[in-house]
Amino acid sequence: MSTAIDAFTIVCVAAGVFFYVAGTVGLLRFPDSPSRLHALTKADNLGLGLVALGLLPREPSVLGALKIVVIWALVMLSGASTAQLIGRVLRRGRR
Amino acid sequence: MSIQTFLDIALALLVIGVAVWTIVARDLFVAVVAYVVYGLFLALVWIRMYAPDVALTEAAVGGGVTGVLLVAAGKRLDMSAIDIDRQKPSTTLAILAAGCSILLAGVLMIVILSLPAPAPTLAPQAAAAASGPGAGLGNPITAVLMSYRSFDTMLEKVVLILAVVGVWSVGADQAWGAAPAPFGPDRPYDALVFLAKALAPVGAIIGFHIFWTGADAPGGAFQGGALLAAMWMVALMGRLIELPRIDARWLRLALVAGPAVFLAVGIAGAMLAGSFFAYPSAFAKPLILSIEAFMVLSIAVALTMLVAGPPYRKGAP
Amino acid sequence: MNDILLTAAGLIVFAVALGLARVLRGADDIDGLMAAQLLGSGGIGTLLLIASATSVPGVGDVALGLALLAPFATIAFINVLESDDAEAGP
Repeated sequence: MSTAIDAFTIVCVAAGVFFYVAGTVGLLRFPDSPSRLHALTKADNLGLGLVALGLLPREPSVLGALKIVVIWALVMLSGASTAQLIGRVLRRGRR
Repeated sequence: MSIQTFLDIALALLVIGVAVWTIVARDLFVAVVAYVVYGLFLALVWIRMYAPDVALTEAAVGGGVTGVLLVAAGKRLDMSAIDIDRQKPSTTLAILAAGCSILLAGVLMIVILSLPAPAPTLAPQAAAAASGPGAGLGNPITAVLMSYRSFDTMLEKVVLILAVVGVWSVGADQAWGAAPAPFGPDRPYDALVFLAKALAPVGAIIGFHIFWTGADAPGGAFQGGALLAAMWMVALMGRLIELPRIDARWLRLALVAGPAVFLAVGIAGAMLAGSFFAYPSAFAKPLILSIEAFMVLSIAVALTMLVAGPPYRKGAP
Repeated sequence: MNDILLTAAGLIVFAVALGLARVLRGADDIDGLMAAQLLGSGGIGTLLLIASATSVPGVGDVALGLALLAPFATIAFINVLESDDAEAGP
């Protein structure tokens, strides 16, 4: 049973790291700021989500697992909102 | 070489790289962002050194609050438009400065590397002394801060108040008593208002949790206060509330409440527990927590007013 | 298992460092904002992994604090950039 949980953790964390790296590649390769922003927010949110999901079964207490979920929810909320804000600033044109 | 050692070396090199970057950045804004990055990587280093309390303080104050303060102050000075390159020092001065810095760093390195294997430390005595009169606290750092070295901690908060007074005195004479300039435009974007409405209350609860849990686990008054200050500023930036006038009575009371309560308890300790700043052992933990509660208030108010800046009145020079 | 998690943490730090190099060298000040964003999610991911892999208490709380500080810093930077256009402000 615990090997199944370990396998689940490894798969999720590996997928999460893959998305982080993919986000960075997008940052490095995309031609302009809005598409870089897109790569950054989507890939990093997904990356963090998968990492958090993979770490959930390892928590010894329900409270610890709840903390991870709260962190995840906070990042999703703030990530979405700040992406909107950065997008608006980009659209208004910067020097 | 184990994975951990490899990662630690990589992290150390990263910290040095970002520090160099902060110095060579051409533009103030980029330099401050690099400084915030540096603060975060340094927090990771603290965690690797098993010091989560310091890591939290570094991230909150060194990274978050100080970064925002620098960027706001730079904007106020309109320095982001100034090209730093135009003020290059002479070559002799640069070489002299570099030489002194290298000498200092080298001496520090030699001293640290030549420490005996179990380095001499006051930690065991401090922990022992703190677990006596600071009875019942599970977090030794809080015990040392609030019991073994309580006087120093109180004085630190007084320094914060002096800093706020210093910042206020920079304002124009006619503006004295007014509120500091608002953090942003009068009508912020909807997304910002939404984020402020959702984030600030949740963040306030989390800030309180980190203060409360500091008695027995990593955390404490300063970290909690810094997080509360950050959440207050989020609400201010979303224009959910306005900055108070600096002559508001509640503001000034809140600022001095922390050190005042601390001092009162310390003086009472002289009469009730035998010596200045001693705690009666039956009440030590509740007393410490109540002092910390007032300190959290003072820290949150002080940090926010430091970032907010001097009072501002439209039309004053 | 812990080693795997720590390696994952190291990879995320590496990815963040690479992304920062690009973002902070960009021509735009806006790229600095994206640095704060990147740092936030990358840093939190790293901290969660370290919290699970090592026995250091309180790392989860540091991640919680960082989840609050990253949007705070981003909003503050946006405000400073924005008031360059508007005449409001000090």
